Amino acid sequence: MSSDAIAIQTAEAAGRPWVETLHEWVTTVDHKRLGVLYILYALFFLVIGGIEATIMRIQLMHPHNDFVSPQVFNRMFTMHGTTMIFFVAMPIMFGFANYLVPLMIGARDMAFPRLNAFSFWLTAFGGLLLYFSFLGGSGLYGAGNAPDVGWWAYAPLASRAFSPGHSSDYWTIALLASGFGSIGTAINIIATIISMRCPGMKLSRMPLLAWLNLVMSGMVLLAITPLSAAQLMLLVDRYLGGHFFDTQAGGSATLWMHFFWIFGHPEVYVLIIPCFAFASEIIPVFSRKPIFGYPVMVGATVCIAFVSMSVWAHHMFTIGMNSYANSFFTITTMAVGVPTGIKIFNWLGTMWGGKIQFRTPMLFCIGFLFQFLIAGLTGIMLASSPFDWQLGGSYFVVAHFHYVIVGGILFALFGAFYYWYPKITGRMLHEGLGKLHFWLFLIGFHLTFDLMHIPGLLGMPRRIYTYEPGRGWDTLNFLVTVGAFVQGIATLVFVLNLVISYFKGAKAGNDPWDAWTLEWSVSSPPPDYNFASIPAVSSRRPLWDLKHPEDPDSRYE
Amino acid sequence: MSTIATPLPETTAAWKLPYRGKVGMACLIIAESAIFTIFVVAYLYYVGKSLSGPTPGEVLETPIFYTICLLSSSLTIHFAGKLLERGRRGAFLTLWLVTIALGALFLYGTGQEWHRLIYEHGLTISTNLFGTTYYSLVGLHGFHVTAGLIMLSIVLLLGLAGRVGPEQSARVDVLSLYWHFVDAVWVVVFTVVYVLGR
Repeated sequence: MSSDAIAIQTAEAAGRPWVETLHEWVTTVDHKRLGVLYILYALFFLVIGGIEATIMRIQLMHPHNDFVSPQVFNRMFTMHGTTMIFFVAMPIMFGFANYLVPLMIGARDMAFPRLNAFSFWLTAFGGLLLYFSFLGGSGLYGAGNAPDVGWWAYAPLASRAFSPGHSSDYWTIALLASGFGSIGTAINIIATIISMRCPGMKLSRMPLLAWLNLVMSGMVLLAITPLSAAQLMLLVDRYLGGHFFDTQAGGSATLWMHFFWIFGHPEVYVLIIPCFAFASEIIPVFSRKPIFGYPVMVGATVCIAFVSMSVWAHHMFTIGMNSYANSFFTITTMAVGVPTGIKIFNWLGTMWGGKIQFRTPMLFCIGFLFQFLIAGLTGIMLASSPFDWQLGGSYFVVAHFHYVIVGGILFALFGAFYYWYPKITGRMLHEGLGKLHFWLFLIGFHLTFDLMHIPGLLGMPRRIYTYEPGRGWDTLNFLVTVGAFVQGIATLVFVLNLVISYFKGAKAGNDPWDAWTLEWSVSSPPPDYNFASIPAVSSRRPLWDLKHPEDPDSRYE
Repeated sequence: MSTIATPLPETTAAWKLPYRGKVGMACLIIAESAIFTIFVVAYLYYVGKSLSGPTPGEVLETPIFYTICLLSSSLTIHFAGKLLERGRRGAFLTLWLVTIALGALFLYGTGQEWHRLIYEHGLTISTNLFGTTYYSLVGLHGFHVTAGLIMLSIVLLLGLAGRVGPEQSARVDVLSLYWHFVDAVWVVVFTVVYVLGR
């Protein structure tokens, strides 16, 4: 049945002019196509953001390097941060959520398909707007001028006086547009999960991926909106002569910091919770055991979401808050470690005693577990405000959050790619290239980000375009840059694998991993309507019940 | 590479989930509440911090009449929805029109107040911190009233064309949920700007 569906599709595709295919993709409201568009769009910006990172690393490779000018360096770190968070991480999470959530809860599409398309194109427009600033930042005569105020755009740097031209405006409007897109998608995901589940799919039977995306979307509603509000205020300041963040007129620069980090810290959890979701689907399948402690996993996630809303000012210890605020934010930040620890133990509990298969998705998930733990530990260190006074704004912080974002988020994402690529394209990713990608990336990652902690401890500040020789930073910085190149090569292997396997990969069939959730019950790629007849489920692992009628999960619920 | 031939069992028992429109609107309201919260926090944070006049105590007048208009429009839209559910289209359209009129009256009140502040007291958005926060917060709310009025008017036009019946009742309820939210926000804005902020 699956091969029939694929044959028909290819025959159709071959006979049609490309304009028609393009038109179909541009006007699509199908959750699977929009999911793929989100993912491709994010991968495109991943390459751009990666190039910006490489430019910075080349500049810092040795002291007094003049690969780029200080002005260009400022633009690079601003664009790198903004791109990676808003136009890589967010859309890629939404892409996977879009693709997988309806399939996993037995629905034929999202709750609001047109809103879905609208949200995607808003996000896409935001990314284009941000990069158009290279041309339009100060008009063509300005020879290009991207935003250079850092991805926090702290006041007063982003005010008219210190950021003339339009580069900061492009930044603001790009984030506003993509922010509204994110809110639209979050609303859509929540409505889909609440209102579109197939019969029998109670909340207590929902795959963890759907649960965690529900929590993530709830956080988006509360976390992205403060940023949108702050951006509106910044626009009022810049265009209408307002004084929100204008200290000359009694405004407060600190208020911007608060507003930004009220968004900024939950944002980290918005990005990591979908990665928890990937790990929670992949680890059980490759351990051949159901997830350990399902209700506790859900509870811990909701707990993380709540606590993470009240930790934002740990980004601001160095600005000099009173001791009550310092203590409060130290305690809440450390408290996040508790539910997070519970989750890590639950994943280990899932693997414990399982028949572990070390396939590429599982390798990436194990890497994720290990690195996310270390990232959490340096997080606990920085949560302690006296320690943070010493190291805030240093490369230690840069190393810490890249450990979270690359070591945690990106590793889990790669795992998700290897796991669901067969479902999305109908072909397996090449296992050998996958393993090469994993090991190369692992080595590059640790070379870069383990070593990056040390110059930070030695006092190297972040966002500097060069440094004096002989401070003990030179060799370390050189090795960090070498690691960045190794990661770049590993990413090329990944892209190569994506492309080659799309044409030459082994046929996947419906269910290549012998998995248990509903998306594996349909053909790969799934038909437009997902399910010919809406399924009904009676346990957390519907496909297990189907494959083992003599001993279904539903018997034990 | 196992293929599953047997389709999954089909639906049997009754399975009822909340209406997606309501869920979606509830989510939008949560998100909007967060936006308003940030503007309200900014307003309260800057109360009394303006370096120059005019101050709220000098120039603001409590808009009691227009507040009553807006708040009572919540009642009319509620009963309009109930009437539509029972199929009484004519009465529905009348109350719907009253709702729009009350909302428009409120906007007119805001316009009058702004006109007075700008031309009599010289308070604009760039005059001082009070001006910046006041016009942003009240303006953001006014924007939501305007958006609501546009959507209400679309329903009115469709209703006049005979396209709105009891079968659209659930959708109309989603819109009235939004309108209730706009009214509830005004209660907060009113308290912050005209009671606490003076």
